[in-house]
Amino acid sequence: MSETGGLVGRSLLRREDRRLLTGAGQFIADLELPRMLHVAFVRSQLAHARIRSVDLSRAAAAPGVALALSGADLLRLLPPVPDTQLSLPSKWRSFVQHEFRNPQQPLLAHDKVRHVGEAVAVIVAEDRYRAEDGAALATVELETLPAVVDAEAALAANASIIHDELETNLLGAFSVAKGNAGFALEQAPHRLQRRFYHHRYAAMPIECRGVAALYDPRTDSVTIWSATQVVHWVRREAAAILGLPEARVRCLALDVGGGFGVKGHVYPEDLLIPFLARRLGRPVRWLEDRHEHLLCSAHSRDQLHEVEIGFDNDGRILALKDEYIVDCGAWNPIGAGVPYNTAAHLCGPYKIDHLTASCRTAATNKVPNSAYRGAGRPEAVFAMERIIDLVAAKLGLEPAEVRLRNMIRADEMPYRAGIPYRDGEPIVYDSGDYPGALQQALQAIGGVDAFRRRQGEARQRGRYLGLGIGFYVEGTGVGPFEGATVRIDPSGKVYIATGACPQGQGMETIFAQIVADAWKVSPDDVVVSLADTAAIPMGFGTVASRSTVTASAAIHRASERVREKAFTIAANVLECAPADLELRDGGVGVVGVPGAAVSLARLAQHARPGWDHARPSGVNAGLEETHYWEPPTVTWSYAAHAVIVDVDVETGHVAIDKYVIAHDCGVVVNPLLVEGQIAGGTAQGIGGILLEEIAYDADGQLLTGSLADYLVPTADDIPEMRMLHQHSPSPLNPLGVKGVGEGGAVAPPAAIANAICDALSPFGVEFNTTPITPERIRQAVRLNQPH
Amino acid sequence: MSAPVDIRLTVNGQPREGRCEPRKLLVDFIREDLGLTGTHAGCEHGVCGACTIFYNGEAARSCIMFAVQADGAELLTVEGLAESDGKLHPMQQAFHEHHALQCGFCTPGMLIAALDYLKINPTPTEDEIREAISAVLCRCTGYINIIKAVKAGAEVMRAAKS
Repeated sequence: MSETGGLVGRSLLRREDRRLLTGAGQFIADLELPRMLHVAFVRSQLAHARIRSVDLSRAAAAPGVALALSGADLLRLLPPVPDTQLSLPSKWRSFVQHEFRNPQQPLLAHDKVRHVGEAVAVIVAEDRYRAEDGAALATVELETLPAVVDAEAALAANASIIHDELETNLLGAFSVAKGNAGFALEQAPHRLQRRFYHHRYAAMPIECRGVAALYDPRTDSVTIWSATQVVHWVRREAAAILGLPEARVRCLALDVGGGFGVKGHVYPEDLLIPFLARRLGRPVRWLEDRHEHLLCSAHSRDQLHEVEIGFDNDGRILALKDEYIVDCGAWNPIGAGVPYNTAAHLCGPYKIDHLTASCRTAATNKVPNSAYRGAGRPEAVFAMERIIDLVAAKLGLEPAEVRLRNMIRADEMPYRAGIPYRDGEPIVYDSGDYPGALQQALQAIGGVDAFRRRQGEARQRGRYLGLGIGFYVEGTGVGPFEGATVRIDPSGKVYIATGACPQGQGMETIFAQIVADAWKVSPDDVVVSLADTAAIPMGFGTVASRSTVTASAAIHRASERVREKAFTIAANVLECAPADLELRDGGVGVVGVPGAAVSLARLAQHARPGWDHARPSGVNAGLEETHYWEPPTVTWSYAAHAVIVDVDVETGHVAIDKYVIAHDCGVVVNPLLVEGQIAGGTAQGIGGILLEEIAYDADGQLLTGSLADYLVPTADDIPEMRMLHQHSPSPLNPLGVKGVGEGGAVAPPAAIANAICDALSPFGVEFNTTPITPERIRQAVRLNQPH
Repeated sequence: MSAPVDIRLTVNGQPREGRCEPRKLLVDFIREDLGLTGTHAGCEHGVCGACTIFYNGEAARSCIMFAVQADGAELLTVEGLAESDGKLHPMQQAFHEHHALQCGFCTPGMLIAALDYLKINPTPTEDEIREAISAVLCRCTGYINIIKAVKAGAEVMRAAKS
């Protein structure tokens, strides 16, 4: 028996790796089902148009085509059911003044098309090549309507209306406040107003989406394989639209090639493919190609902020007002989650007594906007961290100093922020040392004073260096719940299942570590089942930096109950009291009596129903418990990112000279994997500010329809990162963990924008619009001579 | 569409054959006709590099080649890297030890791209590795651990040779 216990906190290598390294992983594209049919879509080439007709007669007659359906056909065959989308909790709705209108996306467009790439017909054929041949033979007649591609224009009085029945493009609005920002701004010695635009970019996993489905007529049941982060949500909606009990629908995710949020909600294809499989009586699969991914999978960010800040002579923030618009594209698949996240994270680590944040969500003729790593936080942090730098510049202070003067101190924890989180609970920062993290990061980057000297010397030689800070706090491990089943297998191995759905985080390894500690077994003796609705009846899924936090707590609680039962049975077998027992070496033994022990395998046998069991009377059969953990509220991670850039004013190129992250995600289960999450997220944030951009022209045509146009960072674009860790355990869950999945992506846009502005301060340049491309740097430098 | 054609080639040291339409992409042929699904299609336009394989000893993107072009060729895919007893190739082992993969979707292409570069430069610096693997996109790792793994894997490979 290998050494057991104390695995939490150790950098175990991943049990997932071997299959993925040898080509033995199984992704949705690798799934082979007998007699499987393949799908291609006919997609709109216009951004906004009325559908006159869709003629599929030639497509249906093409060789190998099994079925061709238009949106109108589908409406007759599969009438929509009311949207089962999760709304924000009633507690939130009672605290925050809001309005929402949520148009429901049909599985295929039938009356209008609302963005380029929206599907108007589906072709099912013997292979993908034939399905695409069929799609090419479809004739779609569209009547062009004016395209709305700008969120402000969408809300103007004369705008073309995207959802006719709503008579407005305003899909939602809310306002949240504390204190009296209007009055405090009027009284403030200084005020600044700026407009910040955080552009549209996207998660862009290297695996696109895909869905396969199999119908079993014997049991009238459907199995769905989806490259999704939310198998239980897919099952719930699929059962509803197919008119089946949830018990007759199973959804699984296989190995998933990255998600980062874009696979975090139910898409029309998740529901349409099972319908087709049932109708045709054959398995059906759709694999999204990259062009389709750019054309129809959710994008993100795309927020315009009008910010006003009031402050005193010392740089203390007195009031903040932010009125922002979220360009949510043609549909709003996850409601107010992302827009409200922005408001909830706006104040970050700073004490601000008077705040008003008002949001409007506008429909436009673009791809729907949904959560992507950070989910509303990068936009908030960009606005806040940029304006702090502007406050510092106005007062002639160091940006770091202004931050330190406004930060919540460690001795003020837990700190009540004064507005609700999106779970409806008051925001309470639970633990941490924000000024400590910032100082740690600044020290690691070489210190501010030393940098200023270096910056001055470099400028003498015509080189422009800049230091930038981006600080965020992040609510993680949000509810409503995650569940775990823990069972002692007859083999003695400990089996767990949860509703979490991994896409590369290493959850099989992390949960094995947690279970190994809870049961004093080797991680090799832990069997982990994830992303399968057959394994646990209810689940929420892997979004919002929540799985390690919520599932580990559920595993912990379920384990406690199974352990209590195992001890009761062991006490019966060993003829002692349960209080005399301990877990050891894959079994239960009497404390201080080395020979007196019973293995978990034997206990599983003793717990079985039927003859010759060894349960005391009154103890139910089985060693299995399921616990649904409902977190009291979120737990707060945070980080300081500090970056030094070297801006080439001739070419506009931004070289990252040093990148430092001081981070706190509470108790760390696996440091190697945590650093991997931070590095990956930070790389995405760097891509977002410097390279990546989803662009549309004035007619709503997508200009970035390939990875040659949409620039995902390569190894050449990502610098070394120095990571420093603080560990403030969360008081809100049994292990003291906090979420880490998203954080890395939140701060880089703000930190790098601040660094570039600092570098180019002799030119008086402000970058308040992202991305900051070489072209924009060149233009700004040309227009502004050095002062 | 034109009539299917026969394709005979060597894959991972084994003679293989198949029959497909001339328009079929090599990546689809490898995955669907040969059943080697370790080679992944990430963009189908030759940018992301997930589909990278060895084609007659050189790294090539199988999503922008036709299967018929590989008639008579010798291919090596990710399935051919480990030893027959299951022992990982030193580069696979280094990726494991340095946490150089998360979702694993780009990993087959990344391994091939790295091994291809080591053929011309067995002692690469970090910057050279950075440049070499910039042919393959990874969205999960931020590349840092991949660079460490390639450096470590190269050292093990050198030691094994000497």
